[in-house]
Amino acid sequence: MRYLTDRKRAVGLGSAKTGVHHFWAMKLSSVALLVLIPLFVFTFGPMLGEPHEAVVAYFARPFPALVAALTMIVGFKHFSDGVRVMIEDYVQGGARKYTIIVMTCVSYGLMVTGLFAIAKIAL
Amino acid sequence: MADVNRGDRPLSPHLTIYRPQLTSITSILTRITGNALLLAAVLMVWWFLAAATSAEAFATADGVITSFIGDVVMVLSLWALWYHTLAGVRHLIWDTGAMLDVPSAERLGWAAIGGSVILTVITVIII
Repeated sequence: MRYLTDRKRAVGLGSAKTGVHHFWAMKLSSVALLVLIPLFVFTFGPMLGEPHEAVVAYFARPFPALVAALTMIVGFKHFSDGVRVMIEDYVQGGARKYTIIVMTCVSYGLMVTGLFAIAKIAL
Repeated sequence: MADVNRGDRPLSPHLTIYRPQLTSITSILTRITGNALLLAAVLMVWWFLAAATSAEAFATADGVITSFIGDVVMVLSLWALWYHTLAGVRHLIWDTGAMLDVPSAERLGWAAIGGSVILTVITVIII
């Protein structure tokens, strides 16, 4: 008699061990970015080349600051998930794990640096 | 189960044996543009951090990002961003099960290439 249920024996055995979680995370962030990216391009873009005071005053306003902050969060999460797939396709063995760790750290590092900067300007 | 041929077995067909097709090129471009956007992302985060730090730090970062090379990187990244966005829309369409036949997929491919160039030109004109 088997003491493990069929479900227990199957969970975690799919090709990527986590079922459709990664796929769904990618879809969620891509749909969010579909809204955020145009907003970010047309708020951040006009500020490129503007004087320092103008940039600081602009990103102290709620809407540009919120768009920039959300774009940092969702964009770098999307990048982290996406670059992981590329690494899994092209890098083998131990190097694969180290590269994924490094790129995940880079993604979250950039995300939080950007958020810190926007918060400091906005508050 | 003695496997005398270990390490020397044929692998699945490699990319290089296929003739390049619009569907494969647009797929590869999606990956390249998505990952290459890291460069522009680093520049932008640096620009925001410099703006939050001091006028001198901002002058340095803004100087780099608005230099000739900075402009080239930002315009190419803008195209990469629009291309990756449209290619992403293409994937969202495919996820519904629609337009998966080759003629439709190729039409979407040309739409992503043409649309990204048009969007880039419009954005550069507006900004």
